[in-house]
Amino acid sequence: MAVQGQTITPSQDMTSRPARSQRSLFWHKFRRHKLAVLSGAVLIFFIVLVALAPWIAPYTFDSIDTKNIRKPPSLAHIMGSDDLGRDLFTRILYGGRISLTIGIFSALVATVVGAVLGAVAAFYGGWLDNIIMRLTDVAFAIPALPLLIILSSYANSSIPIMILIIGALSWMGTARAIRGVVLSIKEQEFLTAARAIGVSDRAMIFRHILPNAITPIIVGATLGVGNAIITESSLSFLGLGVAPPTPSWGNMLQDAQSTMATKPWLTIFPGLAILITVLCVNFLGDGLRDALDPRTKV
Amino acid sequence: MARYTQRRLLQMIPLLLGISMIIFLIIQAAPGGPEAIFLERGTFVDPQVIESFRRRLGLDQPIYIQYIRWFGAMLSGDFGVSFSTGRPVAQVILERLPATVELMALSFVFAAIAALPLGIYSAYRQYSLLDLSATTFSFLGMAMPVFWFGLILQLVFAVRLGWLPTSGRTTVGNESLWNQVQHLILPAVVLSIRQIAGWSRYMRASLLDIIHADYVRTARAKGLSERTVILGHAVKNALIPVVSIMALDLAGLFSGAVITETIFGWPGIGRLFVQSMFARDYPVLMGILMIGSFMVVFFNLMADLLYGWLDPRISYQ
Repeated sequence: MAVQGQTITPSQDMTSRPARSQRSLFWHKFRRHKLAVLSGAVLIFFIVLVALAPWIAPYTFDSIDTKNIRKPPSLAHIMGSDDLGRDLFTRILYGGRISLTIGIFSALVATVVGAVLGAVAAFYGGWLDNIIMRLTDVAFAIPALPLLIILSSYANSSIPIMILIIGALSWMGTARAIRGVVLSIKEQEFLTAARAIGVSDRAMIFRHILPNAITPIIVGATLGVGNAIITESSLSFLGLGVAPPTPSWGNMLQDAQSTMATKPWLTIFPGLAILITVLCVNFLGDGLRDALDPRTKV
Repeated sequence: MARYTQRRLLQMIPLLLGISMIIFLIIQAAPGGPEAIFLERGTFVDPQVIESFRRRLGLDQPIYIQYIRWFGAMLSGDFGVSFSTGRPVAQVILERLPATVELMALSFVFAAIAALPLGIYSAYRQYSLLDLSATTFSFLGMAMPVFWFGLILQLVFAVRLGWLPTSGRTTVGNESLWNQVQHLILPAVVLSIRQIAGWSRYMRASLLDIIHADYVRTARAKGLSERTVILGHAVKNALIPVVSIMALDLAGLFSGAVITETIFGWPGIGRLFVQSMFARDYPVLMGILMIGSFMVVFFNLMADLLYGWLDPRISYQ
């Protein structure tokens, strides 16, 4: 949020607000969104929990306990155990590391690609704009999941490659949104002023234009995390994402499918982990949208 | 309008060309080809056999020649030959297409019947108990992985309660209509859940925008019944953006069908796609991707045209 303080456009500056008030204004508006605050807290809690998994998990994610195979939740295994007697709670923590990492970094990739392409298209216009937007149309038109299914065969379960692939297929929405915003700020006086004093194109885009498009960037990135988590879990569920024995929430559900009828906890808990995480991400995105929108009344 | 339609149809050509190139390149770069199938099956194959196989499929030609051939053949309805069965891809896809269309159409209708009244009521009685429940439901619907929802429904209604079949399109030996309907219910509900969640929110937001408009007040002032004011004046106008979003979403149903068909063993092209992926059957994958993309482009066009037809204020000059 550090950028927020520096991104005051001249028109706002004229009301001579101290730079800090933008940030306090944001906090003031964000705090009213009780659900978003709660969601943010839950997400931070989840992130800390999975980051500390090696220290707080009661077992290791691949430790096999042949005496406790497919046990329902109990004191020893609070979420039960799976086909190999592995502790489900431990696996959800470790799976969360993978699922959250993929979710967060894919959204980051998509946001950077989308923001740069959208800003460049709007800033330069002309044939460059045309090419980038037609590329966006093409990328939008190919059904995303089937394409991901094919691309995932390149990844060979490598997590960095999966992040790149999911990110590479979800930048289009951000690109369109940013292009729209940039088109509208492009004509404002402070940019003409910047050009007049000889600011380079690169500095114009990265220092003056993109910081002013921070609202769609942050909101898009936040909601992107939720979508990426669902995408990862869908791919892993089909057996095309993260490969066992490394747990991810998606491949845990794939494992659970065959014993779903008799061992429902194996299906319920990983699904709930996805549901709660994505729900919180979406609420947080909504809260941020309202808090960052200058039109929202204080 | 006719000229606009004509122009949009012409714009589809470069778009479809671009799509076909991307699909072709991605598949070309994918690891393994027909040889990989033999290797994965563990059969030892004479390199000469592979060579003649490649020649027969035209895989020994430079990549742009392969692309031009593939694209040219596709225009005449020839999508190539399936690597794994040796049958024409078009025939394989056509066999499976009706099941997918049936599932998608039913889900679409179901989503519309559920979402629109829900959205209308939510807007009309904003912050009522039903509105709050609908909001909660749609947030859940958007955050839930479709396949997980499918698994839970299977668990409850098929396994535990035994009301509905777990998977397939019919029970073998029972071709009755009722049996088919029973098989359709769960997949259709699962496939429509995200649309119900999304459309009801759009409908609500759109109607809330309009419900305080001057012409709605005028309609009330001239003494029209509440029913006519809401359904005849407000909803009719609020539906315009919603309908175009619904047409756009038809394309999204296609991605959803891949997952839903896989969970419910539904014999459509979505499941065929996943099966072909595991078999590395690239001609089938390319064919399905092309058909899916064509559907997206087509429904985008329909959405735009529908928007202009419903809202005469929009001019296409």
